[in-house]
Amino acid sequence: MSTTTPDQRGRFGNFGGKFVPETLMNALEQLERDYETYTKDPEFIAQLRYYLNVYSGRPTSLYYAKNLTEQLGGAKIYLKREDLNHTGAHKINNCLGQGLLAKMTGKKRVIAETGAGQHGVATATVSALLGLECTVFMGEEDIERQKLNVFRMKLMGAEVVPAKSGTRTLKDATNEAIRHWVEHVEDTFYIIGSVVGPHPYPMIVRDFQRIIGDETREQILELEGRLPDTIVACVGGGSNAMGIFYPFVNDESVKLIGVEAAGKGIDTEEHAATITLGRPGIIHGSLTYLLQDEYGQVQPAHSISAGLDYPGIGPEHAHLAETKRATYLPITDDEALDAFQMLSRVEGIIPALESSHAIAQVVKLAPTLPKDHIIVVSLSGRGDKDVHSVAQALGGIDV
Amino acid sequence: MSSIAETFRRLQANGEKAFIPFLTAGDPSIEITEQLILELDRIGADIIEIGIPYSDPLADGPTIQEAALRALNAGVRMPHVLEMVRRLRPQVKASLVLFTYANPVFQWGVERFFETAREIGADGVIIPDLPLEESQEALAAAARNGVDLVPLVAPTSQQRISKLCAQGQGFIYCVAALGVTGVRETVNEDLPQIVANVKQHTDLPVAVGFGVGSPEQAEIIGRYADGVIVGSALVKRVAPIADALAAGDLELLEAKKRELVEFAASLKAPLRQSRAGV
Repeated sequence: MSTTTPDQRGRFGNFGGKFVPETLMNALEQLERDYETYTKDPEFIAQLRYYLNVYSGRPTSLYYAKNLTEQLGGAKIYLKREDLNHTGAHKINNCLGQGLLAKMTGKKRVIAETGAGQHGVATATVSALLGLECTVFMGEEDIERQKLNVFRMKLMGAEVVPAKSGTRTLKDATNEAIRHWVEHVEDTFYIIGSVVGPHPYPMIVRDFQRIIGDETREQILELEGRLPDTIVACVGGGSNAMGIFYPFVNDESVKLIGVEAAGKGIDTEEHAATITLGRPGIIHGSLTYLLQDEYGQVQPAHSISAGLDYPGIGPEHAHLAETKRATYLPITDDEALDAFQMLSRVEGIIPALESSHAIAQVVKLAPTLPKDHIIVVSLSGRGDKDVHSVAQALGGIDV
Repeated sequence: MSSIAETFRRLQANGEKAFIPFLTAGDPSIEITEQLILELDRIGADIIEIGIPYSDPLADGPTIQEAALRALNAGVRMPHVLEMVRRLRPQVKASLVLFTYANPVFQWGVERFFETAREIGADGVIIPDLPLEESQEALAAAARNGVDLVPLVAPTSQQRISKLCAQGQGFIYCVAALGVTGVRETVNEDLPQIVANVKQHTDLPVAVGFGVGSPEQAEIIGRYADGVIVGSALVKRVAPIADALAAGDLELLEAKKRELVEFAASLKAPLRQSRAGV
């Protein structure tokens, strides 16, 4: 059985830990204590439940994708509709949790990093809701790719700070957020958006996202009377995947597939296939798989999807990969674009480019499986934010 | 006794405080860094921190980030830096300390890194993103090889100070301010108290860094600390050297090098006589 609770050092097997400047160690220790205290507090639990249900609209549905199933002619496909959350992605589950934690521990100000902008939007949303001051760090290149989300954040009162260092994407936004946190650690709560970063963040984010898997379990038992055979989710940092995987980790019959962004192909230099092509290293405070050169310099990742454009991965995924409990497979930009269009056309659901990677894997997989095989796909977000860049990528469409 | 301990003992005997400059290796070229280190040694630097350039320097502000980028763009990698230190070792009096992020050490191999450090004659290592809790392997490797792994103590360390000091080697690097490296206008008012607090927990020398950028600041810190670390203020003066190199203006390059060295000398000057107890 896979061990999935981090040990005292914050390790999932060989991965995880706290590789951060000494300045942050006290804050991380405090966060561990606060997390322990508040997540057992009935008041915290009741408030979180209230906001998840009444504000975000949970539970999200588990939708039988009949048209897609018939078109692919194999396994039975269900979509876990995280795209139906308020703000259009699973990110809000975690932001409500961490935002409440910030609020209850008396912090007036939060910061966040964002890639596609979904986590930034979710953080800005929760900040508006809870009356917190909010600053979001976003790579300059991503600001360009995701103008709509930048506008949404500003509309809700957040300050958006461009990260101009390095590759000017999610990795650098995270560097900037950590640097900012080191300077303002005494009055600022850092809401990390994925199952990455130093302990206890990978655990905290997973725990706030496991509601995806908990609901899926209940819903599939109700609909099918049994557990699914396969669960598929896209992985950048890996929070939607960890959220849907986690409640099934001990059910050996359930195959877990994480889908990485292969960008222009795993035989090129432009990809974000961390498990497929990386090796253990340290990024953003955590020991995990990492795209790097032989001397440990972090290599730039590439994906058409800003949310998957990340050279690391959550340490618990690294552990699930090393212990072979989960499998991680690459999907290219082109395959994701095809899946983006296919789901739109067949089901009338426009998926986020991130989620399109998971759909693309299902498009490959489902036809090879019998009709009584049940696949659940985490549809982690809606694709409205991506329409502009998809139109550009497909060419000839003037938006 | 380690070379670093020896350096501090000698300074203490003379009533001096340590001047500890930092440069990013390979910024803008290994050759220029080598020349600058020789000059820093000549003007009386006591310990020289040599930064191994890294793509994601989390603890550094824009000045040192840019320096690392210049070095990386010039193709400088770990082996070049280590070879430079090997060449410099017999030529300099100062103790040499490698400043590197954890991942390059991890990729080189922790044990192998400290073996290499000993072999090339490095006296100490600073790893800003390797807190005590993750340091056991490195501490053991450092001890086996007689290289000091210098710990950092931050303004937020509070009750952690005693355990940080207990495992300390060489000296204690006292981080003067919250945040990343970079010059700040004023010295943190609580700094004397923080240093005094650290000194209650250790007999190791305490050097102060992060944000120190002028001879005046060096003089003030020298009153209560055993050493003053200056990074960004020096590295900022490497930028025009890099520009001159890029422009192929050798005359300007030499002039800018002299400016940097003169600035360094001005930082050392107030540390030559101890003000403690005056």
